[in-house]
Amino acid sequence: MDIKSMKNYLYWLYCQFELITCSYLMEPWEKLLFYTFNITMLVMLLYAAYIFVPVHISTAFQFFLHLVGNQHENAVSVMK
Amino acid sequence: QKNGISNGTLNKKTFIEHFEQAPMYVAVLTFLGFGVGTIFGYLRDFMRAWGLEKRNIATEREQQKDFVPLYQDFENFYTRNLYMRIRDNWNRPICSVPGPQFDLMERVTDDYNWTFRFTGRTIKNVINMGSYNYLGFAETDVNALKTVTIELQKYGTGICSTRQEMGTLDKHVELEKLVANFLGVEDAMVFGMGFATNSMNIPALVGKGCLILSDELNHTSLILGARLSRATIRIFKHNNIQSLEKLLRDAIIYGQPRTHRAWRKIIILVEGIYSMEGSIVRLPEIVSLKKKYKAYLYLDEAHSIGAVGATGRGVVEYFGMSPDDVDVLMGTFTKSFGAAGGYIAGKKDLVDFLRTHSHSAVYATSMCPPVAEQIIRAMKCLMGLDGTTQGLQRVRQLGKNTRYFRRRLHEMGFIIYGNDDSPVVPLLLYMPGKIGAFARRMLEKNIGVVVVGFPATPITESRARFCVSAAHTREMLDTVLNALDELGDFLHLKYSRYSKSAHPELYEETRLELED
Repeated sequence: MDIKSMKNYLYWLYCQFELITCSYLMEPWEKLLFYTFNITMLVMLLYAAYIFVPVHISTAFQFFLHLVGNQHENAVSVMK
Repeated sequence: QKNGISNGTLNKKTFIEHFEQAPMYVAVLTFLGFGVGTIFGYLRDFMRAWGLEKRNIATEREQQKDFVPLYQDFENFYTRNLYMRIRDNWNRPICSVPGPQFDLMERVTDDYNWTFRFTGRTIKNVINMGSYNYLGFAETDVNALKTVTIELQKYGTGICSTRQEMGTLDKHVELEKLVANFLGVEDAMVFGMGFATNSMNIPALVGKGCLILSDELNHTSLILGARLSRATIRIFKHNNIQSLEKLLRDAIIYGQPRTHRAWRKIIILVEGIYSMEGSIVRLPEIVSLKKKYKAYLYLDEAHSIGAVGATGRGVVEYFGMSPDDVDVLMGTFTKSFGAAGGYIAGKKDLVDFLRTHSHSAVYATSMCPPVAEQIIRAMKCLMGLDGTTQGLQRVRQLGKNTRYFRRRLHEMGFIIYGNDDSPVVPLLLYMPGKIGAFARRMLEKNIGVVVVGFPATPITESRARFCVSAAHTREMLDTVLNALDELGDFLHLKYSRYSKSAHPELYEETRLELED
């Protein structure tokens, strides 16, 4: 039962996408072109995210850690 | 003599109009939809230009390619690429009287709306939410049309002449006297076509050296008449009194553009009910302005005659004002009277002037007798002169239907424009993809609606326009409302933030401050 309502919800979302981007009005070959373009863009975006985002996050983390670490050292040296 | 002024002195109703703005994401998504449509439009145009696809629209012959272009290709970009895709929702042929229910001819398309063919079947008893049949006089009941049949057999259908030559029948004289009596003015003149009444008579009333102040959302017939007259036209914001007053003051202070002489005439063009918005004109304020600055007022009551007012006499009665306040009263018989044609009413001098100087009177064929008789019988019914109270009942039923329909739509959460008392109900759809989907699905549920898109409305505000009729029963309205509920959920059209009604402080209200 839950699967059925889930499927209905997904179908409804698909219909909304079709209506909003005017692909409801397109002929079948135009729809193919449009969806291919969109899916290609999405896949490329996800691939780029998969490759680059962990590296960027760890670099940013190290940078902030370095900043906080440096401060700690400076404070220690003054107190001495 | 007159009882029951619906918005007059003692029991003044508040003037409630809604023009709610949709949330911002709706505008963004609408532009996104138009953007995608435009890109694909350019793609299709490219393919057509380079011969990759067959051209279905008019093109010049090979020999004429070097001449000045005959068909301006780019101007029809929108028509070719967006309108054609959803063209099956307009110009649907009907094959019965456009009463509360009608029959449609079923048609299919094989090549995506470039050509249609009829399957031969008819779709029966489609609920009609698009015809301007406000009082339900579009009927085929034999008893009701008895006098019309008699006149048809007596006079035939053709007049074969203009008013000034041999086209004035006793029927026209009778009709004009009746119209003048109905509106409470001195005299009236009737014409064969409503659009032509505006476009052919405004040039007779104003000319060069006059100033026309016209509302932003005026109908094409008024704009055409104003342009044909060659007067100067200035436009004020829709129903906005401050804008109109500023224009009037500027006109009187600065005069004509280069010579700074006084304007020969200043005339204000407004409509009673605006058919795309459903808003009612702010007549008391405009009349007080006109009296203060000594301008003339031309009121086009195409949609409001018969539809508003306690006894159906239009916006003048709705606000409890006297018809002497308006200089030129114009209206049409197409909407509430189930006929065709228009009238201009006012003081006897004005109408006598128009009889000799109007283009319509001199060159256009006059109204044909059976149509004139239909208007006479509808008007007599409205005034109660046929001995029954049927006319008043129709007006009351229309008022009830209007209020019920609008209240339920507000409660469901749709965005509806316009005044609470106007029978024209525009429901906002916003996105271009939804225009086609809405009309097609409503037809599948056996309800016929009119949808309107870009050139007639602003680009982000496409809408479906419902015209409530006195002939609709409560069951029909309930069927339509249930279908709208379902469709609103499926297409996600319920953008209103003020649903579940009953919060009057959230609407903009203007109290009418009239001294009387």
